[in-house]
Amino acid sequence: MTREQLEMLKELMALDFYVLELSLFLNTHPNNRQALEDHNMTVRKYQDLKMDYVRRYGPLCIGCVSEYPWQYIETAWPWEIEY
Amino acid sequence: MWNYEKILQYPVKVSKNDLEMAKYLYAQYGGPDSELSAGIRYLTQRYFIPTDEAKATLTEIGTEELAHWEILGTLIYKLTEGLPVQALRDAGLGAHYAQHGKNLYPHDAAGVPWTASYIQSHEDPIATLHENLAAEQKARATYEYLINLSNDAGVIDTLSFLREREVVHFQRFGETLDIVRDYLENEGGRRDY
Repeated sequence: MTREQLEMLKELMALDFYVLELSLFLNTHPNNRQALEDHNMTVRKYQDLKMDYVRRYGPLCIGCVSEYPWQYIETAWPWEIEY
Repeated sequence: MWNYEKILQYPVKVSKNDLEMAKYLYAQYGGPDSELSAGIRYLTQRYFIPTDEAKATLTEIGTEELAHWEILGTLIYKLTEGLPVQALRDAGLGAHYAQHGKNLYPHDAAGVPWTASYIQSHEDPIATLHENLAAEQKARATYEYLINLSNDAGVIDTLSFLREREVVHFQRFGETLDIVRDYLENEGGRRDY
């Protein structure tokens, strides 16, 4: 995995985590407007970056669009990546 | 349902092989206060818990615990990878190798297999949420012991992240307990005893 790909992957990991953290907060504070705005904004950033990452480096999940042949099995497994 | 993403929740970087540390980390892979216990506990407790906030909290934290279980698996894999059998034997993992080869197995740091008796699931939401508050504190304490046992900056960084998540989950379960208490007092006032 190139340095460039790894940096992009780490950015994606960070956004994914931020979405999770905000959602956990919102589960017990559903009326917090600021947290909801942060959540929605982060989700959009995450989705855009994920689409860009998958287009460049291949699928991260079975619901990602794949080139021929099926690319899901070829992308790096998380425990084998040198972070 | 669940969907798998080929990403870790937090990066795992180890500076060198360390089989003794891998052995200790099994505490959180398959021990009483492990991520496996946490995930199975919360995801099992969801069905009869009152309030949508509580159902969401158990579902999301339970799911996050499985992501943490994968982080622990990655740590153990990276600390073990590429080492000869004799090294496993020297580190006290000979018995593990005899039964599993180098692959992982959900047991604790002493090799005791994971069991569902580590967890409880009650209909009573007050009992359930107090169990979860205790579980988060026990896991936090275990991470502190593991951090004390490690001298690898990468391992310590990942363990510190996991320790912090226990603190956040404790907070969220505390808020959930307040919500459920309010619900029981105001709307669900009738109790079955």
